[in-house]
Amino acid sequence: MTKTLAIARTNTDILAITATAFLGLALVFVAGFANSATLHDVSHDQRHAIAFPCH
Amino acid sequence: MFKKLIVGAVFAGLAAGVLAALLELTFVVPLIAQGEQYESGDLTYFAVSDAGAAAGHDHASHDHGASMAADSPLLMPRALGTVGMFLASYTGFALVMVAGFALAERAGATITARSGVIWGLMGFLAVQLAPAFGLPPELPGSTGAPLEVRQLWWAGCVAASVGGIALLAFGRSAIMLGAGAVMLALPHLIGAPLADPSGVVPPDLAAQFTARALGTGAASWALLGTIAGAIWARDV
Repeated sequence: MTKTLAIARTNTDILAITATAFLGLALVFVAGFANSATLHDVSHDQRHAIAFPCH
Repeated sequence: MFKKLIVGAVFAGLAAGVLAALLELTFVVPLIAQGEQYESGDLTYFAVSDAGAAAGHDHASHDHGASMAADSPLLMPRALGTVGMFLASYTGFALVMVAGFALAERAGATITARSGVIWGLMGFLAVQLAPAFGLPPELPGSTGAPLEVRQLWWAGCVAASVGGIALLAFGRSAIMLGAGAVMLALPHLIGAPLADPSGVVPPDLAAQFTARALGTGAASWALLGTIAGAIWARDV
């Protein structure tokens, strides 16, 4: 029983870690990569300063 | 677990994003504005190659008041977008970093504010310094290979650098350490996609921009790691 709980806990943790990492990557993608013209204009100076490839 | 991850990342990301935005608006964005004036042709730069031409230095062709024209952007609405996007990107970096904290802790590492500084500087190394080694931070008006190709190389370089640093930091065998070193070097051995240099901005302006972009990035990443590590260690 304890072992089952421990495994369940581990699986939830891994899910949380994966979700957090993907959320972070999504934010970085929007800020640095997304091709929409509006996003590009808003994030332009930030993209240059962080040295994301910009245009 | 999810709450611990999100809370630490959001506070650290916002703090580092604010610092980054302040540093960039003060030191870097004015250079971007200047670069754009060269890009649009409002300012022109001529590389004087023959010795005699220096005597005929032509003040009509360029504007020594460039730094005055590109005045402080702090009051312009454009700066709002820049600030918001810095908060977004650094919060994104922070979320990935705390996910790394959680993985490292499972592998037996201890995360503190002090080790967080190292995490932050390693993040800077992987996400800014390593890609900049191949694709230097570009002022508007610089030339480059097609955007998609550079984005692909950038993403590959960051991924390989993160993997390489993780192997060097946590690898327990000579093979893992060697693989880490190879992963760090590989993107640069493959080489970044470059175009023939034919930019219209003065090289000294571009050099100053590159150095400042990296310097402000290093400071912001160090703060990011410190705060994320400190919050993680408090075990909220």
